Amino acid sequence: MFIDFFYELRRRKVPVATQDWMLLCQALELGLHDSSLDGFYHLARTVCVKDLAHYDGFDAAFLTIFKGIELQSIQLVEEMKAWLGDPKQLEGLTPEQRALLKSLSPEELIRMYRERLAEQKKRHEGGNRWIGSGGTSPFGTGGFNPTGMRVGDGGGKSAMALAAERRFADYRNDVVLDVRRIDVALRLLRDLGRDGAPEELALEDTIDRTAKNAGDLEVVMRPPRRNRAKVLLLMDVGGSMDPYSHLVARLLTAASRAGRFARFRAFYFHNCVYDQVFTEARFRDMLPVADLLSGSDRDERLIIVGDAAMHPAELLEPGGSLWYGARTSGETAGIDWMRMIAEHFRRAVWLNPDDERRWAGTVRILGGLFPMYPLTISGIEQAVRKLTRGT
Amino acid sequence: MTDRGFDRFQGTEGYIASDPLRHAVNVALALERPLILRGEPGTGKTLLAHHVSAALGMDLLRWHIKSTTKAQDGLYVYDTVARLHDSRFNDGDVRDIARYIKLGPLGQALAADKRVVLLIDEIDKADIEFPNDLLQELDVMRFQIPETRTEIAAKERPLVIITSNNEKELPDAFLRRCIFHYIEFPNPDLMKKIVRVHHPTLEDKVLDQCLEAFFKLRGVPGLRKRPSTSELIDWIAALRASGVSLGKIGGGLPFLGTLLKTEQDQELVRARA
Repeated sequence: MFIDFFYELRRRKVPVATQDWMLLCQALELGLHDSSLDGFYHLARTVCVKDLAHYDGFDAAFLTIFKGIELQSIQLVEEMKAWLGDPKQLEGLTPEQRALLKSLSPEELIRMYRERLAEQKKRHEGGNRWIGSGGTSPFGTGGFNPTGMRVGDGGGKSAMALAAERRFADYRNDVVLDVRRIDVALRLLRDLGRDGAPEELALEDTIDRTAKNAGDLEVVMRPPRRNRAKVLLLMDVGGSMDPYSHLVARLLTAASRAGRFARFRAFYFHNCVYDQVFTEARFRDMLPVADLLSGSDRDERLIIVGDAAMHPAELLEPGGSLWYGARTSGETAGIDWMRMIAEHFRRAVWLNPDDERRWAGTVRILGGLFPMYPLTISGIEQAVRKLTRGT
Repeated sequence: MTDRGFDRFQGTEGYIASDPLRHAVNVALALERPLILRGEPGTGKTLLAHHVSAALGMDLLRWHIKSTTKAQDGLYVYDTVARLHDSRFNDGDVRDIARYIKLGPLGQALAADKRVVLLIDEIDKADIEFPNDLLQELDVMRFQIPETRTEIAAKERPLVIITSNNEKELPDAFLRRCIFHYIEFPNPDLMKKIVRVHHPTLEDKVLDQCLEAFFKLRGVPGLRKRPSTSELIDWIAALRASGVSLGKIGGGLPFLGTLLKTEQDQELVRARA
């Protein structure tokens, strides 16, 4: 079963290495899990999961493998009997509840518990928790309902209830997040180097030279380290991109922070790039693609943002654009303009805000020209890696 | 290893640790692995190290990371300038290089006779390659000083507590050698206990009022920086020092500046009130 848990974690893309697993086994041998499932939950999470983004995957895997384990434990039945046998525990009950309780045998109560747990499995997505911290059912934990049946052992919530809450779902890496998260992801997009005028004192070299000079001071200067990465951002706006406009705006805000890149330019297009790109989102001022390319260093990093979803003719046929704003000569198809751009830039990526599972048709065609990644934090990170290291 | 019973750290009078956090500290102690702590600013990541060292009677060594910190600084610094100075003015014995080797916090932790707590604070402030440069030393807990041909090896592996604000992604190889805990924001019950520690004489009713206002404030959508535990404690201190009670103020919260640190956030909250 523990091995199953390991593979379940890996299946859910929680990066657990064999070493982590060995460490966990070592910890279990030392008894660090307190011989309880709750202890095991916290221990395994501490040892195996190294990123908040994977807490949710861990919870999901834990639920899959260990759901129902507690039911099998004899300890639970013992606890329940002890609870029923302790008159003190019944003090806070209303007369109706007492009557109900009397009518239930321990076996029936356990059966009821199992049924509810099964039901919970079906419904936990909606957040309607039957067994957990709710406090209205006779089953619960954490002291919210003093008369309730506590599931699991130790203080606080049981591991199962914790895992079932899936509280870390918001922190998943594949969820799109705010400007700051994008900011952090983009920080890796850099190409540090010493260029320009020597303005910075190279302390160590100065000391070395001075020491070699038998103590006569010799000052060595060097240029400061700067990010030499140049970035060109092309954004699809309007139409099918409208639902994502806030995401694109956040990406633009994060990317355009002053001093981030040696050179940063952003242009807009609608659906597909044809003869020109636009300098602002209202499509008034434009720049011919030929001028854009001749004015761009081939080492500039190109980032295209768009859903790449359009009618195939809009991409593949010369003059196929259905959009009035595209002032095209009609001689070159969208795909050829795109190919021209793809061939100019050595490093280019495409960020797509649509759900990855829905990528099809023209998305696949353009994905063949540009490495395509989802517009999520992990997608941006992968894209940045592609742009900096080429992998 | 035998005397190292589990569940050694139980929190202290001045620091309320949640169960999972205590568990994580004890796992780090038992497995002798560095513990990485993450969480919102103001949830007590740095304070934990101080209280672990106090509770377990171990010395604390602090290494506060800045954007310019290099891994080598943590091990030792060879003070060539002092040696150069001495050689020119004939101060001291210049032939003895060991006199100019100054151990950094990590170096001191490894050279210590007893087990110590080493706090590496805000590791993500440094360059992204910084954690990689520490891999070997944290793994084997020993390093060499080529200048004096000496090796420093830990007699007892220190408890290393590393805090991070999630500004940079830490390298996988580094994470693999550590264990990880994310400090969740305290729920109102735990928060009540935490505030009690800092304001033991506060009336229950007032505390409940403060907490209600505080959690309501945290719930305001669109805040750039939500107030955290440390800000709540400061705020209550300000309220008590001034003698202003929450009930008397209609509308806005008093001393909003202790809770919200940016102008935009303050405007936002005022506009809603």
